[in-house]
Amino acid sequence: MTATLVTLALIFAELSLLAFGGGNTILPEMQRQVVDVHHWMSAQEFGALFALAQAAPGPNMMVVPLVGWHVAGFSGVLVTSLAKFGPSSLVTGFALQLWERFKDRPWRKTVQAGLVPVTAGLVAASAIVITHTSVSSWGTILIAAGVAIATTTTRIHPLLALAAGAVLGLSGIGQP
Amino acid sequence: MDAAPATLTTKHEAPDVGELFTGFFILGLTGFGGVLPLARHMMVEKRGWLSSAEFTDLLGLCQFLPGGNIINMSVAVGLKFRGIPGALASILGLIAVPTAVVIGLGVIYSQFANDPVVRHLFGGLAAAAAGLLISTAIKIAWPLRRDVVGLLIVTLGVLAIAVLRLPLLPTLLTLAPLSIFLRSRQAS
Repeated sequence: MTATLVTLALIFAELSLLAFGGGNTILPEMQRQVVDVHHWMSAQEFGALFALAQAAPGPNMMVVPLVGWHVAGFSGVLVTSLAKFGPSSLVTGFALQLWERFKDRPWRKTVQAGLVPVTAGLVAASAIVITHTSVSSWGTILIAAGVAIATTTTRIHPLLALAAGAVLGLSGIGQP
Repeated sequence: MDAAPATLTTKHEAPDVGELFTGFFILGLTGFGGVLPLARHMMVEKRGWLSSAEFTDLLGLCQFLPGGNIINMSVAVGLKFRGIPGALASILGLIAVPTAVVIGLGVIYSQFANDPVVRHLFGGLAAAAAGLLISTAIKIAWPLRRDVVGLLIVTLGVLAIAVLRLPLLPTLLTLAPLSIFLRSRQAS
């Protein structure tokens, strides 16, 4: 149990420091670690936990405590939350003090511009990996495509789109 | 935006530790599907903790750093006003309710995971969540559509993570310096 908690702490501390461009960029690595490397759950279970986290309020990294809970109960929640939010918060604290000094340096803009396509690529990869795990039947393909089109082209509230997907899913149409 | 002088700052009410906690607590409670617009409303318009320029400046910092924007923002705002106790109050306030809700949903899911009705419900929910993520990816990549260098980096990232399933650390340590290098060549 302690070994599991230590492993969880190491995985999420690393993810914490690698999450440039927000939480969505680290989803494939999180899935790779908990599914492929440590076999704590199936890819489908990971997809379900991600969906649950999206349906909850708050910041979009709530899949982190949920994975902790699934693997090791309440101590898992504590360990993953601390490991995920601690290191990046420390970096934020230190960076805040340096920020004023570097604000107008030209290299800061170059670095920022360089990170934009990296973030875009990682989020696109996340979308592909999560879609691949969560979408398997023609019914779910239609739901995912419909939500993607609706939320890209209109200003529909994301929660409404999730609710519509859940209701359509509940009907069982196009699902095994 | 960059030209906005610091003198634009309006009157401030520096929040205490309790106000930081309750402010972010309410944010965590209400922020469904993206907290950013609500965060700005709470800190700038409703409570007057930050001016609009200060908010944009802090957000720029938080986007630049690893971690979620709003999580980092809560830490930065808490630190700015009340030091480490303020930072702890802010981040704990922000994640308290969402953590409880998400675990409650997790308990319900694990109890009924084998029920076909629940399985269908979560099948639809998971597909919709995937659809939302596709939409987010499109919105982030859209400004790069005529940027050849940018699209090259996007493609390499997708190839490494989604197709080859390479670990994130070496991918990031290769792609980020490469992308920054190419940008600096463009700039000069």
